[in-house]
Amino acid sequence: MGVKVIIPTPLRAYAGKQESVEVHGATVGEALASLTMKFGDLKKHLFNDEGRLRSFVNVYVNDEDIRFLQKDQTGVKEGDTISIVPSIAGGA
Amino acid sequence: MATKIEETKGAAAPAAATLSKEEILRYSRHLIMPEVGMEGQLKLKQAKVLCIGTGGLGAPLGLYLAAAGVGRIGLVDFDVVDFTNLQRQVLFGTHDVGRPKIEAAAARLRDLNPDIRIDTYETHLTSENALDILKEYDFIVDGTDNFPTRYLVNDACVLLGKPYVYGSIFRFEGQLTVFADPNGPCYRCLYPEPPPPGLVPSCAEGGVLGVLPGIVGTIQAMEALKLIIGKGQPLVGRLLLFDALAMKFRELKLRKNPECPACGEHRTITHLIDYAEFCGIRGEEAEAPATSVPEISPKDLKARLDRGDDLYILDVREPHEYQICNLNGHLIPLGELALRAAELDSSQEIVAHCRSGKRSAEAVEFLRKAGFKKLWNLKGGILAWSDEVDPSVPKY
Repeated sequence: MGVKVIIPTPLRAYAGKQESVEVHGATVGEALASLTMKFGDLKKHLFNDEGRLRSFVNVYVNDEDIRFLQKDQTGVKEGDTISIVPSIAGGA
Repeated sequence: MATKIEETKGAAAPAAATLSKEEILRYSRHLIMPEVGMEGQLKLKQAKVLCIGTGGLGAPLGLYLAAAGVGRIGLVDFDVVDFTNLQRQVLFGTHDVGRPKIEAAAARLRDLNPDIRIDTYETHLTSENALDILKEYDFIVDGTDNFPTRYLVNDACVLLGKPYVYGSIFRFEGQLTVFADPNGPCYRCLYPEPPPPGLVPSCAEGGVLGVLPGIVGTIQAMEALKLIIGKGQPLVGRLLLFDALAMKFRELKLRKNPECPACGEHRTITHLIDYAEFCGIRGEEAEAPATSVPEISPKDLKARLDRGDDLYILDVREPHEYQICNLNGHLIPLGELALRAAELDSSQEIVAHCRSGKRSAEAVEFLRKAGFKKLWNLKGGILAWSDEVDPSVPKY
């Protein structure tokens, strides 16, 4: 049992159509790196050219936004859930 | 600043702190609940709510606020009812196609509840008019469909100190929250920056299950009503995520960003800005595909095919689109092209097409970089083929 990463609908096509993926890592950074190793196409949607998380993609560990924790250094443990929540604007 | 306000004919300004006999009957199902009662219903009667957008989100929003007896509802929408709207914009009927949305929406809501005041603003919401329009209302509900307007509405609400009920959707997912605290958090605390234009498709481009905005817009109405009557726990400080396919609701904490330029300790946003520029879009022009991609028009393609030229038609759409209509092309969805490029013969002339020409432009660009030389992008895609060559091909 590792860390569950919940993949948002817009990105599922790049994650083998899965709703969530299990990864391993001690920090959010490691967990996301493990995710993008498995699914290379996800990388450019999550990270910019400098390897930083794109500004319109929020990441949560359980229910806390990592920007208010230790960002990609935020620790994760077995059983935690990482949520990727990109900005969406539809409504019409 | 061409804003036009129309009021319900004959409805007195609902400032009276009483309910008529008819109102008591109409709202009896509210009145018999202690959480609402006469007190709550009077608060609804005196409330002023602005609904920005009368489409997917705006439809259920408007309907339920009107049904509940919100005394004054403002509607903002500049658009005209389109046939493709009817799949989800349930304020409109088939006979409304071609009619300004604001007219059709107001008519429907006045029919539902003739006792309330409906103000209509048939205009784009802009930095020039937003503060004037919003300041008349107590609560602002976002039924818009684009990033620039969302940031505009947020900033205007922060500047005016108005609560803002946020809802957004994409395909099968929704997000909801209430920004009600004048000291934040606000939308910019949640998403300081929008995605670059073109990255997140609109409902027209990405599709949406019609009922999804119905669910999210209805929840927005619920939150607005709770704020008005002051009961229950609103979604303040809580981001509600809805996954319709899994039928799961999840909740995440929404914290205020102390550095937020709009609502933080050192605010730099003191007036409304150019939101199109902020979101990286200049004006309303659709983003054109890279002009370096060689193009062929549908008519030219038809001529060449009739002549018997050996062209490989590459369709980069998805399988379900191929089933709607196709040009007998070879289907390799754009997402699979990298893996399947080896199926293509670089000695053949390849004409790539998609629905409107955007994805196929990307495909051509990709193949060009992979060393293919004889490439064409079908300008305007299968939509243009339907318009210019073969109208029997259905458009979607």
